[in-house]
Amino acid sequence: MQPSAKYLYYPGCSLKGTGIAYEESLLTTLRLLEVAVTELPDWNCCGATSYMSVSETSAALLATRNLALAQQAGMKDVLAPCNACYLTLRKSQELVAHYPEMAQEVERFLEQAGLPQLDSVRVRHPLEMLYTDIGVQRLRELTVRRLQGVRMASYYGCQAVRPYSEVDDPHEPTRMDEILRAVGVEPIDYTLKTKCCGGSLTGTIHEVGVRLNYILLKEALRKGAQAIVTICPLCQFNLDAYQAEIRKQTGEPIDMPVLYLTQVVGWALGGGFRELGLHRAISGKKLIEQWFTVKKEAETYV
Amino acid sequence: MERQIRYQREADLEWARQFTKHPGSERLLSCIQCGTCSGTCPLSIYMDLTPRQVIALVREGFREDALRSKTIWLCASCYSCSVECPQKIGITDIMYRLKREAIRSNLYPKRFPIPVLAREFCEMVRRHGRNSEFWVVFRMALRSNPFALFSMARTGWHLWRTGRLSLRKERIRRINELQVIPTVSKEVD
Repeated sequence: MQPSAKYLYYPGCSLKGTGIAYEESLLTTLRLLEVAVTELPDWNCCGATSYMSVSETSAALLATRNLALAQQAGMKDVLAPCNACYLTLRKSQELVAHYPEMAQEVERFLEQAGLPQLDSVRVRHPLEMLYTDIGVQRLRELTVRRLQGVRMASYYGCQAVRPYSEVDDPHEPTRMDEILRAVGVEPIDYTLKTKCCGGSLTGTIHEVGVRLNYILLKEALRKGAQAIVTICPLCQFNLDAYQAEIRKQTGEPIDMPVLYLTQVVGWALGGGFRELGLHRAISGKKLIEQWFTVKKEAETYV
Repeated sequence: MERQIRYQREADLEWARQFTKHPGSERLLSCIQCGTCSGTCPLSIYMDLTPRQVIALVREGFREDALRSKTIWLCASCYSCSVECPQKIGITDIMYRLKREAIRSNLYPKRFPIPVLAREFCEMVRRHGRNSEFWVVFRMALRSNPFALFSMARTGWHLWRTGRLSLRKERIRRINELQVIPTVSKEVD
């Protein structure tokens, strides 16, 4: 635990499980940027979309405990890399801000749980944090190697930019493209960038979930992308894990790397293959190895 | 014709009016039936009723038709409809509210995996404070369609091989802080 930490990191369940590469690459990137970060102690589940489907008040209280823990730690900024976590924490704040009844419930809950009342905790997403706090210019300056000529589709998914718009514009987000360009990657014009991947549907109504992901992959391919870049563990999982099945179903030769923004940025800043979790990809392994394990002397330094 | 008459008898306008008192649904009655929600919904082609139709049913008080629809469960909460709605109706929040009422009134399609997942997920979080991805998916499959486990095995193998599948049960230390939730919250929703 670093006492000087500026951000409290809220991993949520995915970043400790299927999205572990996101955690690895985010923490590596922050280390390379010399940004101090510490994990929120004893954090609990955000509730995702499931809890809200069972009880709204409980869902809001569940999310609130995490914000109160941040308050307790004396920190202002909670970094929530998962789109669903980001939205759920933000949503609990909105419910408290706009509905006095909900604010009362939260107040009573915090009192009974022995937690501090909320003051000014901010929920942040790594994309917004990289763009606003670090800045595109600084990322460009710190870039030590470039994926020259590699074309990528930046894919935001849904809950990072909708319904709240602090992370980027809900209709036409561009910040990921700007960051990619700064670190030497060529973003393509990907019109499906905020179209939903189906979230947990791949696990429930499997055929429908896979179909949504097929459309996203196919469009990226059609636009000439060689890889998709995501900012959500569920988007990454959905797009990455079912490509073999999609190949079998459609006969189309889709084998595309699905990377986290923090893997691409972290690599540009000098991060290593394994510390960025690049060995954890399921699809597009060959391209990933080709791009990210170039020998030292062959690297293109800026 | 017969169906039409039955419908009108079933309509519960008071229910629709009550509905507008909840977060996100305040502007429900101002729906102009433009269909933007259905047009922008990535899942509407897989739904039995489009979001526009569900909103129409709710607005006119056809409670059971709305609650029994598979549409509310197919909603992935991507908020496209809410952001695009020209009348600023919180359609996603309305879908959530319908999900909650369907679960509470036991009107959801039996063995349909999505409500089963929601309940298993909540149960796990209530007990441990955290969700363990593998276990929640495993329990959902057991209770909805155990055969799905065979097709999931392949994905599981990929995840296992890349170190992305954890069998550990996650839990928080101060679970007592979460256990006050049911006593505090009035569960009005």
